Formats: sequence, structure tokens, C-alpha cells
Amino acid sequence: MDFNIAFTAARESLPYMLGGVVWTAGLIVGAMLLGLALGVPLSVLQVYGPRPVRRVVATYVWLFRGIPILVQLYIFYFGLLAWISNLPGLAGLGLDSPFVAAVLVLGLTSSAYQSQIFRGAIQSLPGGQLKAARALGMTDAQAIRSIILPQALRLSIPAWSNEYSILLKDSALAFTIGVVEIMARMRAIASTTHEPVSMSFVAGIIFFALTWVGVKALSLLENKVRIAGYTRQGAA
Amino acid sequence: MSQPSETTPILEARKLIKVLGGNRVLDCVSLDIGRGRVKVLIGPSGAGKSTLLQCLNFLTPPDSGHILLEGREVDGASKKELCSFRQQVGMIFQDFNLFDHLSALENVRVALVKVKGMSKLDATERAIAELKRVGLADKATHYPANLSGGQKQRVAIARALAMDPKVMLLDEPTSALDPELIGEVLAVIRDLAQNGMTMIMATHQISFSASLADEFIFMEKGRLVEQGSPAELLGKGSSSRTQAFCSKISELTGDSDGECRL
Amino acid sequence: MSTPYFEFLRADLAPGLLEGLWVSIIVIVPSALLGALIGLTAGVLRVYGPWPVRKFAEGYVSLFRGTPLVVQVFFWYFALPYIKFGDWSLVLDPVPAAILSFGLCSGAYQSEYIRGGLNSIKRGQIRAALALGMTTRQAVLNVVLPQAFRRALPGCGNEVIYLIKYSSLASIITVNELTGMATTIAKNSWRNIEVFCTLGVFYLFLVTVAGWLLRLLENALSVPGFERPKA
Repeated sequence: MDFNIAFTAARESLPYMLGGVVWTAGLIVGAMLLGLALGVPLSVLQVYGPRPVRRVVATYVWLFRGIPILVQLYIFYFGLLAWISNLPGLAGLGLDSPFVAAVLVLGLTSSAYQSQIFRGAIQSLPGGQLKAARALGMTDAQAIRSIILPQALRLSIPAWSNEYSILLKDSALAFTIGVVEIMARMRAIASTTHEPVSMSFVAGIIFFALTWVGVKALSLLENKVRIAGYTRQGAA
Repeated sequence: MSQPSETTPILEARKLIKVLGGNRVLDCVSLDIGRGRVKVLIGPSGAGKSTLLQCLNFLTPPDSGHILLEGREVDGASKKELCSFRQQVGMIFQDFNLFDHLSALENVRVALVKVKGMSKLDATERAIAELKRVGLADKATHYPANLSGGQKQRVAIARALAMDPKVMLLDEPTSALDPELIGEVLAVIRDLAQNGMTMIMATHQISFSASLADEFIFMEKGRLVEQGSPAELLGKGSSSRTQAFCSKISELTGDSDGECRL
Repeated sequence: MSTPYFEFLRADLAPGLLEGLWVSIIVIVPSALLGALIGLTAGVLRVYGPWPVRKFAEGYVSLFRGTPLVVQVFFWYFALPYIKFGDWSLVLDPVPAAILSFGLCSGAYQSEYIRGGLNSIKRGQIRAALALGMTTRQAVLNVVLPQAFRRALPGCGNEVIYLIKYSSLASIITVNELTGMATTIAKNSWRNIEVFCTLGVFYLFLVTVAGWLLRLLENALSVPGFERPKA
């Protein structure tokens, strides 16, 4: 194996590969935000909602945690979105783009996992928190928004960090429906240069670096919002 | 309580030294104990009582010194000798250390089967007998998670007794127990002593041990500072260090249980 | 011209998917076993091994947990043949390549759970075992492993469930398992939504059954003090 050729190929591939980082970042940011936006209400519903609602949420979670991401991508991109964007009024909105499909899939799946993270955090809070809020005359909605969630969300940051690194790796699957992110570019360059080994390494290193950066950023966030002396109480 | 001792001590330690983190936790400690005797180690925390006991069965190997069982020196480097030695020396821990995944019966039985090679049937019979002896025959199928602290310690004692040890080492057996549970464990220990078990026990239960012990050993900073019978050390008019230490304890605990006069 | 769903299912879809299911199982079972074996070894080495071995195991875990499985699968199938020693190189067929990459990746995750299980055993347990005269080997076999196994089981079991889902990636390297078959059928029949939704149902079924089995196993082994915390 010729190392010189391998290194040169790796070096020259960098600009193209790094271009994929933009798409990957877009996927992750979109998915994490979508996951957060849906995950929080879902967790609240699952902890405080009436039984039928809890069942619905549980089914949603079961669905999105049970179907592999690859299969979801196929369902959404080759199936649903093609059909939806042909409906009157929705055509031309670009709803059938691979990127949209990927963000949807990754985001909805992440929301299922995130809802469980937040649910765990909410349930780990002592019951007295809600009782005290009610005793002060707050409605449940106010109590949840001002007392429960601020604590639960802080407690969830480590698990959220884990969710980030999982999403980062799952985002690589988006290449199967045509998103030109890191993995897609790696395959393209590997076949044109016949250097799959070095290209795999380059891709691997880029993913490694992205993991490190993201986890660091989230740990900074954790420190920024930390409340002095506040530790996990009664957590499992 | 005391029986005529033979000339050879059952267990003897000579000039044990143990250094941990730059501190001489055991500073040239020697002691021996004859058959049927009960010796009690007393002293402030950090004095080295636990370390001494753990060195006596090589759980913490001493840095230098000799340990002899019935006159024969134990070779700490030989795994085979160590295992055989430990079968004859029973240990009771402050934290009980019951095997969490086994029921009380299985806890008592496991070493009989695995170490002594008894058949499962014989081992079960023996285990039930030992549990009966400590008053827990009805808890045989219970798991440690469902036993109180006092019950756990009694199972631990049954487990050690099942091995027919020649001598028992007890490392503060009641220190981790809630006050109301201490009595049941002390009753079992008293029973053992009265039936002639050779014991070295580290404890803070001064008045209890005073009625049981043939000898008190007061340890401080890794040295055996005072040795003598309870009557000597705690008797009227005695101004021993043991006396001073013991009144400090009873002051803190505020109970007349720590009576320091005999 | 277009047959209704259930007719399509009975005649074309189900037989095809069942064929793919069989291939999936051929991929999943060896991968799970390989992963468990590697995970057990790596976990034990990370807790009990000498420093260099521990570092090596940690490196392995970081590498295989830090990169996407997709990249790893690609590497073992497409890139490995390019690593030449003289004229010789290792060329793996799709199924062995899939099994190898799934096993290596799963093993890294499994080792984390095993390591956690081993570390959760209180030191005093081992001391008590030794005090009774057990050899170190006996203490590990009779006291440490039974407890560590129970602690690690939920995590390791979940790993196997993840493996079931990620086995779909084998289709990317031309293995004709569930997803691969579904893609072929969809391409030929143009009935994407029906095919892929049915595919989803298949996986849901597999994952749910596996979850039940795991819970059954956990309950069978549970002992007071080792129960699954109430979810």
C-alpha cells in the first residue's frame, strides 16, 4: 500500500469533504431542534396527561424507536413525501427534497428518544416541587413551565449530549436518499480516486472531530446554566 | 468463658508493619491469642484496628512481619496456603458484605460447596443448622435486600461459622447498625464466646466486651499501647488510657451503656 | 391492473420479505454473538487488565463508538480489499463483512455495559469471598460475574435490539436482507409506500418481540435487590 498516494489523496479530498460538514450540521441542528420542540411537549403529556393521551404518546414513541432510520428514510422520501408534494396546494414547496425528508425523519425519531429523556428527568424531581407550586396558587401549566421544566431540562443536558452524538452518526444515513453530506461525498471521492481506505479515515476523523466539538459545546452550555449547589435529587 | 489455654497460641502475629500512604498504620505490632480466649481491640479511629484484623488474614498483606497459625508460619505468597489458611480463620466485616445475589441460605452454603467441596445436600443441611444457631432459620430464602442490618450481620456470622474456623476476627461488627438492631448481633457474639470460640474483635461496645473479653488491647497510632484484663484497665482507681478513651466515648454517646467503671 | 394491497402482500411482498427476514437473521445472530464476546472481553480487560491493555481497549471503544456504523460497514466491505500485503488482501463477501462490522461496533457498546456492571460490584463482596477461602478465580466466577451479568443485562439486551434495527444497513453493501429485498420489490412494483410501510411493520414486530424476550429474561434472573427500576 502506497502511503504517499494515500496521504495526498486524503489531503486533496479535504475541501470537498469538509463541504459536506455544512449539510451534516444542517441535518443535526434541524433534527435536534425538531426533536426538542416535539420532545418537551410529548414528555409533559406523558407525565401529566390523562391515560388515553399517555397511550398515544407511548405508541408514537414505540413507532419511531422501533423502525430503523434507514427504513424511515425510505418511507418518507420514496413514499410519503412524493405523495404529499403531489397534493394540490403543496406542490412546488420543495417538500420532497431529500434534505427535508432527512431532517423530518431524524427529528421525529429524536423527539421520541428526547421525550423519554425529559420524562425521566421530570419524574426524578421530588414530588414536593409541584405541590409547593400548587400551594402558591399556580396553575399546573404555570408550575410546569416555571418550576418543573427549568429543572428537568438542566438535568437532561448530559443525556442530550449523548443524543447529539447518536444523531451525528445517524445523519450519515441521509446519503441513501441523496443528501450530499459527509458520507455521500466520501463514497463519491472513494470511487473516483480508488482510495477508499484513506477516504474512510478522513471521514472517520471528521466525524470524530464533530463529536468532540459538539460534546464540548454542550458541556459549556451545561456549565453556563448550572445552578450552584444543585445536584440530581432522587434520580434512578 | 475462659478455658485452660494450651501452650501454643492458636494465632500469633509477630512484628507486623504496614505502611499506607506514607503512614505507619501498623507499627511493629505483635500479639497472640490462645484457644478459647477473647481479645478485644479498642481505640480511636485510624488507630489501625481494622488494618490489623485485615492483615491477620492477609486480605491486606503486611509489609513485613510473620503470622503463625497453631505454631506454623503462614506463607503469604503461596495462594494455596492462603486459601487454606483463610478457611480456618473466619472474618466478620463492618459492612456485612453478604453476597447480594444469593439468598441467606445460599450465602452460608456457597463456600461450603465451592471451597470445602461438600456435596450440595450436606452443605444445605449444615447451612440451615448455622442459620438456626443465629436465629434466622425462617429467613433462609430471603435475599440481603430484604434483610435488616442486624439480620444481615447474623447471616454473615453464620456464613463464617459454617467453615468451622479455629479463630474468628470481628471488625466492628455492630458499628454499621442502627441502635435497636445491635442487641441481636451482640447476643449471637456472646453466645459464641460462651461456647469457647477464639475471637479477636474490634469494637466500640465497651461495656459489652468488658463482660466477655479476657483481655483488652488499646491501640493508638498503629501501636498496642495498653494490654490487660478489663478489670485491670477499667477498674476503680485505674488511670489507664483505656479508661480515658472509654469515658470520652460515653460522654459523646451520652448513655450509661458506656460505663467505664467495673 | 394494480392489485389491492392484501393481494399484493400475499402474492409478492410477504414471500419476498420473509426471504429477506431469513437473511436478516443470518446476519443478526452471529453479529450479536460476536458483539457479546468482544464486549465481554473488552469490558473485562478495561476493568481488570494491565494499563497498556486497558488503554488499547479504550482506544478500540472510542474508535468504534465515535464513528458512524455506516462508515465502518463501508470500510470493511469496500475499503478492506485495498489494503494489500504484497499481492494478498482480504476480500470479504457482503454477509461476512456485515457480520464483522456489526460485531465490532456492537462489541464496543457492549463493553461499556459490561464495564459498568463489573464496576458496580462493591469491593467488600470480593473481600468476603476471599476471607472465606475462595481463590480469586472462584470469587470472580461465583460472586462478581453473577451480579455483574444481572446489572449489565438491560444495557446489553438493548444493544441487541439496536443491532436488529441497524442490520438494515447491510442492504447498503448488497446483502439481500429485509431492507434489501424490500428495496428490490419496491423498485420493481413501483408501490413504494405499501412496501416500505410493511417493511417498517416487520421491524416493529422484531423489535417488540425482542423487547419482550429481554424483559422475560430479566425477570427470570431477577433477585430482590437486582430488580429493574420501575420505569
